[in-house]
Amino acid sequence: MKSLKKQTLVLGLSAALIATAGYAASHAAKSSNKAVAARHAQMQMIGYHTGVLGAIAKGEAEFDAATVKAAAGNLNALAKMDGSTLWLEGTAQGEVDGSRAKAEIWTDAAGFAAKFAALEKASMEMMNASDAAAVGAGMGGIGGACKACHETYRGPKN
Amino acid sequence: MRPIAVRKTKLLRGLVKILGACAVIGAGLGWFLTAPDPLDPAFGARLTADPEAGALVFAAGGCVSCHAAPGAEGDDKQVLAGGLAFASDFGTFYAPNISPDPNAGIGAWSLPGFARAVTRGVSPEGQHYYPAFPYAAYQHMQDQDVVNLFAYMQTLPADPTPSKAHDVGFPFNIRRSLGGWKLLFMKDEFVLSGNHSTEMTRGRYLAEGLAHCGECHTPRNALGGLDRSQWLAGAPNPSGKGRIPNITPGKLDWSESDLVAYFATGFTPDYDSAGGEMAEVVSNLAQLPQSDREAIAAYLKAVPAIP
Ligand code: HEC
Ligand code: HEC
Ligand code: HEC
Repeated sequence: MKSLKKQTLVLGLSAALIATAGYAASHAAKSSNKAVAARHAQMQMIGYHTGVLGAIAKGEAEFDAATVKAAAGNLNALAKMDGSTLWLEGTAQGEVDGSRAKAEIWTDAAGFAAKFAALEKASMEMMNASDAAAVGAGMGGIGGACKACHETYRGPKN
Repeated sequence: MRPIAVRKTKLLRGLVKILGACAVIGAGLGWFLTAPDPLDPAFGARLTADPEAGALVFAAGGCVSCHAAPGAEGDDKQVLAGGLAFASDFGTFYAPNISPDPNAGIGAWSLPGFARAVTRGVSPEGQHYYPAFPYAAYQHMQDQDVVNLFAYMQTLPADPTPSKAHDVGFPFNIRRSLGGWKLLFMKDEFVLSGNHSTEMTRGRYLAEGLAHCGECHTPRNALGGLDRSQWLAGAPNPSGKGRIPNITPGKLDWSESDLVAYFATGFTPDYDSAGGEMAEVVSNLAQLPQSDREAIAAYLKAVPAIP
């Protein structure tokens, strides 16, 4: 019994070491990539226009129908962009520097496209918001679209 | 559909990987010390259940994240059929069915049995659960919340899918030895000790207890115990890629209202949007009253700043 326990100890500890060693092997110092920079710019534009709408929803900025229409329209256009030049295969997180794109973007391309379609729809609905409260209500749909895609297709912070 | 299951698997794999070591500590500390901790058999007898309040405990506790069937979306997430696989170097663990089905799920369980499972990590048969089930956080759950949670879970759909047996080999399958792990790492005092305002106390209860923020945001030692000196200071992502962020004031400079907005909508102050496992946490926090999100924000501002 005693030696059995000892064996167990050794086994367990080395297993724990193996388990932690895995964490260290995760650095990515690969070449930077223009497609990654470009799609980050796409996302930054999406974030910027969401911020314009968010400020109105929170009452930090005054409601203005033309501004809402423009911001939502730009979001809509950004969501509709043809991604084939941006989301290039071989640019997943770990494959090139700075990328947080998950491999699922390519293994489940239809699912990824559906998430962009959801943002397209939510931004379309926002375009005709008639007051700040309507903008606030529409933010739920837009935020849900961002979250749903980031949850499944975006990797953890580098 | 699959990616969700895979992602969870990766996150939890990190926790589960380390469990093997627990078997060992158990052996070291002696059999007698590792016997399961009893709980009053009359637990909850004097309390009246409020299932609606239980829905909020359920949301804060994030039970769906692990116990919904892999890939479930929308209303299907309320079906706690289990089956999510947590692969590890020691074998594969499966989240059990905890739907109200009397055979496959926990429909035939008593309230004290449920309380003992969730707050002590001990099964009705008196065996220790693996800490991939975050009972070390749920141990803080107040009796009334346990009673409400149990009542709420009985209103969810029953599902007959049997729980899968864990596929774990010797010595990691010796549940008795998990008692040693509990002795070492299941601390019953809060990390942020002492007396605080009502709001802070509520925030601490939610963050350290029900919503178990530390299980992801706090690094672990080699044996899988949380390093309380690095509370919420960020941790390697168990997937092996990237890090789970440091959310102490030493790193995160968001205002309280920024934090509250993030918990409600997932938007960061510069309109990025939460992703990964945090997206689901936000979906849960968004269901709570605003005062609860404010309480968690107040708590986060008060934890020790770690750079
Ligand atoms: C169809 C999927 C999808 C949708 C919808 C989406 N995102 Fe993203 N977003 C991503 C992915 C994937 C990345 C990571 C890209 C990378 O690092 O290569 C990302 C990255 C970002 C970034 C960081 C960009 C950078 O410079 O690193 C911001 C900001 C952002 N998203 C904001 C938003 C907001 C706000 C919304 C909703 C209005 C949104 N995203 C909707 C997939 C999506
Ligand atoms: C991080 C993942 C995770 C979360 C979150 C989680 N569980 Fe579990 N739960 C598990 C795992 C894994 C097991 C199996 C443990 C074992 O067999 O040792 C389990 C087991 C259980 C059991 C025992 C079932 C049985 O058949 O013995 C109950 C009851 C339970 N969980 C209830 C809950 C409740 C209620 C919540 C929310 C308050 C919750 N769980 C949240 C992972 C989780
Ligand atoms: C299941 C794991 C998990 C749990 C539980 C969890 N988090 Fe997170 N959290 C994450 C991950 C992963 C991220 C990174 C999100 C991203 O990539 O957008 C994150 C991000 C955050 C951020 C944003 C930090 C930043 O710099 O962008 C805050 C704030 C936060 N979490 C607070 C909390 C609080 C408070 C709790 C408890 C109520 C909690 N988290 C519970 C995994 C978790």
